[in-house]
Amino acid sequence: MSKVKVARKSTRIDMTAMSDVTVLLLTFFMLTSTFVKKEPVQVTTPGSVSEIKIPESNILSILIDPKGKVFMSLDKQGDMVNTLDSVGNHYGITFTEQEKKKFKVSATFGIPIKSMKAYLALKTEEQDKVLASYGIPTDSIDNQFKVWVQKARAINPELRIAIKADQNTPYKVIKDVMTSLQDLRENRYNLITSLKNETANKK
Amino acid sequence: MAEIQSNEGGGKKKKGGSKQKKLSVHIDFTPMVDMNMLLITFFMLCTSLSKPQTMEINMPSNDKKITDQDRDAVKASQAITLVLAGGDSIFYYTGQPDYKDFNSLKLSSYKADGIRAFLLKRNTEAVKKIDDLKEKKMQLKISLDQFTKQVSEIKGGKNTPVVIIKAADKATYKNLIDALDEMQICNIGKYVIDKMTPGETFLIKNFRTRGELSKNAAK
Repeated sequence: MSKVKVARKSTRIDMTAMSDVTVLLLTFFMLTSTFVKKEPVQVTTPGSVSEIKIPESNILSILIDPKGKVFMSLDKQGDMVNTLDSVGNHYGITFTEQEKKKFKVSATFGIPIKSMKAYLALKTEEQDKVLASYGIPTDSIDNQFKVWVQKARAINPELRIAIKADQNTPYKVIKDVMTSLQDLRENRYNLITSLKNETANKK
Repeated sequence: MAEIQSNEGGGKKKKGGSKQKKLSVHIDFTPMVDMNMLLITFFMLCTSLSKPQTMEINMPSNDKKITDQDRDAVKASQAITLVLAGGDSIFYYTGQPDYKDFNSLKLSSYKADGIRAFLLKRNTEAVKKIDDLKEKKMQLKISLDQFTKQVSEIKGGKNTPVVIIKAADKATYKNLIDALDEMQICNIGKYVIDKMTPGETFLIKNFRTRGELSKNAAK
C-alpha cells in the first residue's frame, strides 16, 4: 500500500487585492478628513440638534476653556501674521521676521501681548506647555481680545466667528466674550456644538 | 495579477531547447500592504472626519444710538422669559414679571416634559403648520427652497411667541446651548439672548425663599 501523496500546496497569498483595498481606503481617508488642530486645552462641546455644518474657510475660532481662558485661531496663516502685525502696532510692539514666522506656524494663540515676545522666543515644545496657562485677557480694563478680533476683521472682512466653548464654562465668561463681540458690532456668529442624537418628540 | 509574463515563445522548454524561458515576475505585495495599513492607522488617528456642528445666532446690536422706538416692542402676551440659573435649573415667566407674587416664576427643567412641553404648547399653531410642511416635503410635493421659505414665514408669524433667554452668571454654556436647542425643537423663530437684570435675580431669590423677599419689601 502506498501512501496517499498529499500535494504540497503553496501557502502564498496574493496580496495584490489586499493592497488595492488598502490604497483605496488610504485615498478615502486622505481626501475626506481634515487634520485635528492642536488645541492647548481640552474642550468638550455641548451637544445640540443643530445640523448646520461649519463653513470650510475664513474662520476665526474662539476657544474657551472651562476656567474661562480664551484662545483664538485663524485658519489662514497669512492672516495670522498680518493680524499679529497690526495688533503689535496697536500696542507699540514690533515683531521681527523670525518671530512672525514662529507665530505663523502655531495653531492656536492666546498670549497677552506683553508676553508675546518672550513666548515666541521659546521652543515649540515649551510653547505648548506654557500656552495653556495663559489666555487672552477679556476683562473690561484691558480687553485685548477685542483688539485681536477687530484687527483680524479689518484684515479679512469675510471672516466668520465661531465660538467653541466647553460645556461647563460659566456663562459669565461667555457673556464677556459676547459683549465684546457686540461692542464690535459682530452680531452674527456660530456656536460650535457636537451632534446630539435626540429626536424631538413633536407630538 | 501581480505577475508579469513575458511570453515570447511560451513555456515549451521541454520540447524545444532553443526557445526562451517563461519569465514570471511575482511581486510580493505584503510590505506594500503593511505600509498602507500603517498609513491608514495614522490618518485615522490624526484626523477628524466629521466637521463639527454649529448653531448660528444673531445677537441684537447694543449700539447706543438705537433708541427704544426703533426696537420692536414685544407684546406682553407673547413674551416668554427663560431664566437660566445655576445648578441646571431653568425658570420661566410669561409677560411682565410680577415682583409681588413669587409664584409667577415657574421652575422647569431641561427635560422633554419640562420647558419643551410648555413651549410646544404655546407654539402649537406654528408647530402644526411646520409638521404639515415636513410631511409635504417628505412626499416631495414641495421643493426644499419652498420648504425653507415657508418655514421661516411661519416662524416669523404674528402669533408666535417671543422668547427672551436670560442666563445667570452661574449657568453653564451647556445650559445656554440647551435653551437654544429648545428654540429649534419647538420651532420658535423669534428669540433673543439678553442680559440678566436685577429684577430677575430678585425673582429667583424670591422664588427660592418662597416669597420672603417680597414680604420684606412690603413691610
